[in-house]
Amino acid sequence: MQSELLTFSDVSLSYYTVEGETTAIQNLNMTVNDGEFLAIVGPSGCGKTTVLSLIMGLLKPSKGSIRFSAPDLRLGYMLQRDHLLDHRTVEKNVLLGLEVQHRLTEESRARAIGLLDRYGLGSFRTYKPAQLSGGMRQKVALIRTLALEPDLLLLDEPFSALDYQTRLNLSDEVYRIIRGEHKSAILVTHDISEAVSMADRVAVFSARPARLKEMINIGFPAVLSPLERRKQPDFHDYFDRIWKELQP
Amino acid sequence: MKRQAVSNAHAAYLRRIRRDARTVRLLRIALLLGFLLLWELGADLRWFDPFILSSPSRAFGTIARLYRDGSLWLHIGTTLLETVLGFLLGTVLGALLAVLLWWMPRLNRILDPYLVVLNALPKIALGPVLIVWIGAGMASIVVMGVLVSLIVTTVTVLNGFLAATDEKQLLMRTLGATKLQTFCKVVLPGGVPDLISALKISVGMSWVGVIVGEYLVSKAGLGYLIVYGGQVFKLDLVMASVIILCVLAALMYYAVAFLEKKVRR
Repeated sequence: MQSELLTFSDVSLSYYTVEGETTAIQNLNMTVNDGEFLAIVGPSGCGKTTVLSLIMGLLKPSKGSIRFSAPDLRLGYMLQRDHLLDHRTVEKNVLLGLEVQHRLTEESRARAIGLLDRYGLGSFRTYKPAQLSGGMRQKVALIRTLALEPDLLLLDEPFSALDYQTRLNLSDEVYRIIRGEHKSAILVTHDISEAVSMADRVAVFSARPARLKEMINIGFPAVLSPLERRKQPDFHDYFDRIWKELQP
Repeated sequence: MKRQAVSNAHAAYLRRIRRDARTVRLLRIALLLGFLLLWELGADLRWFDPFILSSPSRAFGTIARLYRDGSLWLHIGTTLLETVLGFLLGTVLGALLAVLLWWMPRLNRILDPYLVVLNALPKIALGPVLIVWIGAGMASIVVMGVLVSLIVTTVTVLNGFLAATDEKQLLMRTLGATKLQTFCKVVLPGGVPDLISALKISVGMSWVGVIVGEYLVSKAGLGYLIVYGGQVFKLDLVMASVIILCVLAALMYYAVAFLEKKVRR
């Protein structure tokens, strides 16, 4: 039996602008299990990213609560854009989070650099971000997040700014890295095939205000890579199911 | 820094680039020499009255005379000291003000219209006020140099800071960074290019402020020589001072440009 990592109970969130009040999320109930890869899909602008901001603590729920299994659960947030700092080398970028959190030790540095080596960026340590391709930059951003040794990774459309070829390759690689490091992850995406190819479960959100419309278990064995999953015969059945759920 | 050619075509390409750079350099020098020659020739052949327009030989003769009677270094030194002081103070104060305004967005919003007005105001208009307040001395001139460069430095640096902050702020929040960390690790390094361009602007501004200050009150300096020369119709002295000013301003500008290259690596 899987243990729960975090639970949303009746979470609602409203925000205000001069024009009025917008309810982004309404009565959301959802559980994320330890070790699982959960994808959240929904129409654009439905508040998927808001869910991640809530988990991260950047926003507070207007109603309801989010319960963590452990109070010291470590979170890692990977944004849509890599946000690498141009004036720092790849290595210094990867160490940024550790520096900020005062956790930079010989050991954590060696670990972070080990990640760079393991995932094929070792020889780019002294490069500046401007010298890397989009896919490589995003990988550096992932390693910057992993260097903090998070228990739960929050991925906010991390591939959407990349071209199709790079996106497929990188999602394969990110999947391998996340599985290899035994992390739990929540992937927010508007790309149904990306969700089906990577996740154990897919949460389908309604249009704003976001509610959990359907939770779909994806029955692929975890050993299959996203690219292999895309070739499975039932891949399209999952795709169609989610597609239909997303229709208004 | 000579690059090795990788092929014959590449070698031809490199040769073309070098030849091009050489031509530009030559034409630049030719332009200057041509100008000086025409000026000299025009004065000698009485195309115009050298009493009004001076001539290179008379201007350089004046510089040599100033050098011989020992006052050349006094005037250069005075103006240079005032300008460097005005430039450094203006830059440091302007940058500090920019940091303060970045740190306190509310203050920035409150002060915004005042900054706009101060930026648009010709600071030279404050000259007489400064003389009354601070006195007819070097201090007034330096303050003038500071005033002219201060606000433009603040505005340029602040805009650089804000641009550097914009997107990275979210990243730093997800990493749990404090405001000071965001400033030290993102905003300050990201704002360095704008800081440097602010230096380039304010170095020119300080010259303006100091020379105008010297026009108003001074007993020495290049601005003093220019005003004095104008009043007693010694146009040779005016031209000589302007030539020295050109050289000094260019040297200071290139020093900043050199610093920029160093910082950007």
